[in-house]
Amino acid sequence: MTAVSAAQPEPTTTADPSGPPPSGTKKTSVASRLVALTGHWAVRLGLVVIALIWLMPTVGLLSSSLRSPEDIGVSGWWSVFDFNSSFPWVIDAGQFTGENYNALLSNELVTGSLFTTLLITIPSTLTVVIIGALAGYAFAWLDFPGRDWFFLLVVGLLVVPVQVALIPVAKLFNTLGLFETTAGVVIFHTAFGLPFAVFLLRNFFAEIPRELLEAARLDGAGEVRLFTRVVMPLGGPAIASLGIFQFLWVWNDMLVALIFADSSSPPITVALQQQVRQFGNNIDVLAPGAFVSMIIPLIVFFAFQRQFVSGMMAGAVK
Amino acid sequence: MPTPTPTPPTEDPPGAGTAATKDSPGGTASVAASAPSAPRATKASVSVMRSRPWIAFSFLLPAMLLLSALVVYPILYSVFRSTFDASGSSFIGLGNYVEVFTDDEILTAFKNNLIWVIVVPSVCTALGLIFAVLTERVRWGTAFKLIIFMPMAISMLAAGIIFRLVYEQDPQQGVANAVWVGVHDTFAESSAWPGARPRPNADLAKSGGGDFTTKSTASASGPANLALVGVPPKDAAGAAPAKTAQPKPGQVTGTVWLDFAPGGAGKPDVVDKKEKALAGIKVEAVKDGKVVGTAETGKDGTFSLPSKADGAKLRLPASNFAEPYNGIDWLGSTLVTPSIIGSYIWMWAGFAMVLIAAGLAGVPRELLEAARVDGANEWQVFRKITVPVLAPVLGVVVVTLMINVLKIFDLVYIIAPSASQSEANVLALQLYLSSFGAGSNQGIGSAIAVILLLLVLPVMVVNIRRLRRETRR
Repeated sequence: MTAVSAAQPEPTTTADPSGPPPSGTKKTSVASRLVALTGHWAVRLGLVVIALIWLMPTVGLLSSSLRSPEDIGVSGWWSVFDFNSSFPWVIDAGQFTGENYNALLSNELVTGSLFTTLLITIPSTLTVVIIGALAGYAFAWLDFPGRDWFFLLVVGLLVVPVQVALIPVAKLFNTLGLFETTAGVVIFHTAFGLPFAVFLLRNFFAEIPRELLEAARLDGAGEVRLFTRVVMPLGGPAIASLGIFQFLWVWNDMLVALIFADSSSPPITVALQQQVRQFGNNIDVLAPGAFVSMIIPLIVFFAFQRQFVSGMMAGAVK
Repeated sequence: MPTPTPTPPTEDPPGAGTAATKDSPGGTASVAASAPSAPRATKASVSVMRSRPWIAFSFLLPAMLLLSALVVYPILYSVFRSTFDASGSSFIGLGNYVEVFTDDEILTAFKNNLIWVIVVPSVCTALGLIFAVLTERVRWGTAFKLIIFMPMAISMLAAGIIFRLVYEQDPQQGVANAVWVGVHDTFAESSAWPGARPRPNADLAKSGGGDFTTKSTASASGPANLALVGVPPKDAAGAAPAKTAQPKPGQVTGTVWLDFAPGGAGKPDVVDKKEKALAGIKVEAVKDGKVVGTAETGKDGTFSLPSKADGAKLRLPASNFAEPYNGIDWLGSTLVTPSIIGSYIWMWAGFAMVLIAAGLAGVPRELLEAARVDGANEWQVFRKITVPVLAPVLGVVVVTLMINVLKIFDLVYIIAPSASQSEANVLALQLYLSSFGAGSNQGIGSAIAVILLLLVLPVMVVNIRRLRRETRR
């Protein structure tokens, strides 16, 4: 660090606005510039290759989902790229067909499972946001005995693995008649989404300027009014992050649904999972099925990247 | 952290980052101009709200009810249940834990979980760091990041199906094997006639390692006839008819052909009409164990060796007859765990990259510039400045990944075929199978749940401590 600070005099001399442009201050030999240039291109090329590798599995799924079962049987999904024609390779669109998707979406089991997924995902997201916000507000702004201790407990629960709850909750739901019901799955997801929700929203609500709340209080607003009119609207960004997180988490869940969902009308992840056992003969079902299950999360992800990332930052340890 | 500049270390305003760095040597004025951000209101440790406790509790009630019934109670019940046998009626103390640590299948799960916990956080963090640093100065870095980050949005089930497809054994189906076989065949020549062999009791016979060698010696005076059988007629249908080699002065000649005529008209060891030539076969002349000449058969099955081969035995190396290479068994018992780990890294490297990239944006630019001006090369700057500043972020990434990986279930359950599922076993999968699979034993399942909880306990403690430190300030 001391060596770094010693560099101070040099930059300050160029602080003179009439001085030479900063780009000219660094003199480099031709050789080192050449190295830097090739290094630049090597880096770019490397990044392109990595990006292609990362894309390939998904492209493979998409391509497979669009090929007829007969084509899938005889050749790989990459045969849609016509390597024999001259560069740039053209995509042999003739191989593509929508018949897999047609068959899939006319299957009532599949459409029903998509509906079940929505039926689980939307209520779970809403309940987590509402219940989490209520508790977050209480922890941030209300006074009650043991507040800090309770909050520490919630933070401790952040990292509890869902697996710990599977057996006990299965038993509990059995007694309550919630086992293998959509309501049971919603309740389970809500409970396990709560520690993160309370943690995120409490921290966000605590940053609301005190004057705003005091002003509203002076205007005669009660707790409920403060919560619905001041805190919730101001908490928008955090609530959006939380909602997107919970939505993706519940939509993508398989384990909880595998145990707690109604097996006669399971969500899409469980329905597809049952097909995986015969992998190889049913790529024409699995590939479009997987793609259909990915569409909504991908749309949500691309539309709300910013909120997704900020939610991830806020609660990296989950 | 001592800062090198006398001016307050304010961050560049978002969006103006590149502009600020370009004139950084003269940037002191602009840094001083941007006022330090207003101090945030301190955490509301004392409430302004003179509310009654019952109001607060009614706000908290739904959350507390759900958390205590579905998170806290299960923890206690799991500990209790883990001390009972499968039926749940008789107390067996630590019996389930003893079984967990002696059962071979569960020990495999422990071993695999250990591999996961070591490999995934380190590889993901390393990749994330590399990607974040490399994309920093590339204009389309955002697009790159989006591609790497995208798998975070999809379910483990979808990722599992995607990678089942990638790892398919058949090189005509799975892209991993297609690439691997392609690379393999570029470096190792594929054999011309898999399965071809001499007739039993012929002059040409097995000589170890899959090679075939003549018992007699070849001579320049007469052509050598090396008859083979065992090639399905349809494979040889496109081959040219075999020809008897013409003796050439100073050379040893001969023919390698498929000694089988349709209809059984041909005589053994004689090149009959309609019999097919075996082109592209390597022939070696061996004298006293040394190769003195090599040749390859032409379209008509003939070959000619230099005169040195006179008196040598003729050998057809095994490489002529090897079965076609079929790639790697990615999901077989030896490679199944590394393969699944590969798919997890595909999903989560983006997570590490995004967090690290955000951390990188917080590295004071003037510090980097100063070091460069001082003559430090990029590697030194990276090692001595970037990494130390990033250390807390790297810690968060590693710990988060460790916790996630400890609970890994879906990917293993989906990707591992039933034949190698026990080799790919992990604790969460074992818990599921023990608790809800055939012949379930919820005592064992509960014991594994308690062990999982104990493994994340240190992180829980660290989280709570960090929070208490922050609130006390």
